[in-house]
Amino acid sequence: MGPLAPNELISENTNFLLAFFIGIAFGWVLESSGFSSSRKLAGIFYGYDAVVLKVFFTAAITAMLGLLFMSLFGWIDLSLVYVNPTYLSSAIVGGVVMGVGFIMGGFCPGTSFCGAAIGKIDAMVFITGLFIGVYGFAFTYGWWEKLYLANYLGEPKVSEKLGMSDGLFGLFMILAALGMFIVAEWAEKKFPREEY
Amino acid sequence: MSNNTKTRKVRKYLNPYLGGVLLGLVLLAANFVAGRGLGASGAVKSVVATTIRAVDKDAVNTNPFMAEYAESHSGNPMKSWLVFEMLGVVVGGFLSGAVAGRLKLKVEHSPKITSRRRLVFALAGGVLFGFGSQLGRGCTSGSALSGMAVLSMGGFITMMAIFGTAFALAYFFRRNWI
Repeated sequence: MGPLAPNELISENTNFLLAFFIGIAFGWVLESSGFSSSRKLAGIFYGYDAVVLKVFFTAAITAMLGLLFMSLFGWIDLSLVYVNPTYLSSAIVGGVVMGVGFIMGGFCPGTSFCGAAIGKIDAMVFITGLFIGVYGFAFTYGWWEKLYLANYLGEPKVSEKLGMSDGLFGLFMILAALGMFIVAEWAEKKFPREEY
Repeated sequence: MSNNTKTRKVRKYLNPYLGGVLLGLVLLAANFVAGRGLGASGAVKSVVATTIRAVDKDAVNTNPFMAEYAESHSGNPMKSWLVFEMLGVVVGGFLSGAVAGRLKLKVEHSPKITSRRRLVFALAGGVLFGFGSQLGRGCTSGSALSGMAVLSMGGFITMMAIFGTAFALAYFFRRNWI
């Protein structure tokens, strides 16, 4: 059955239309969770607001479990679902650069569009920066190409690498998330906060 | 809608765990429909690729970034799943903000810093995030969140690198936020 587009059960245009509706839901959930506010997002790094951690990990676990169950029921063919490739060097260096951007800018790309949608000028400026950064990468790509392609490991799953089943890894991830949620709830009580 | 705008209250944010479950279901829907997760920086990349191509028709042959892009994306760059999805994000974010009474043109910043300082840092952060998202093949949405849902090792590594770095540097930027 699923995924619908790779199985050619829906046309390309239907897929794009559904992308628009999925995007509306994505933007709605991000905004109503407070992800349109940079000070709320940055709260995770100072302990005064852990909304990012809670939403992010709950979402990852929900989607992961959903995919595992749908696969179990034969509703989705996981071999047709895109698994991000692992280029070890660029995943780490790119992630570090993004981390610096996150603590300086207070947004990530998705949340900045959300913030801009409700009138946050800092989010609009951040988006301007995004374009400059992507253009910058495009024009200097030659300098980074080696790093960009280094240490390609294919499309490994973490569970494979750790030698355990997807389900068992999922269980550990849930336990790890619960542990982080307990710490997050404690931190929010310990550090003063106000609603932004 | 409200007949007394003076006392109109800004609605509270969603419970974060409920928000997380809903976001997870949206991500699940994306995988079920398109066989791929959510994303954001990919849409910016499509716009950039389109404008480079519009200015320089020969860019695919002369610019290695464009060559790499053309290899992985056939056809018109703007006719991409993520571009339509991100248009939806702007609409969805606006609707949510409108319903909750949060539509307001403003620069949000800590009372300890000026708007100007906030904007300078927002611009610099955006530049770095844009650059890093290209090097890391996706941002918090496309690489970290969507990658984690399909148990991609790269997704977990990028997630840890993003949040680990931001945590490690938080002390130096504390005045901007607290």
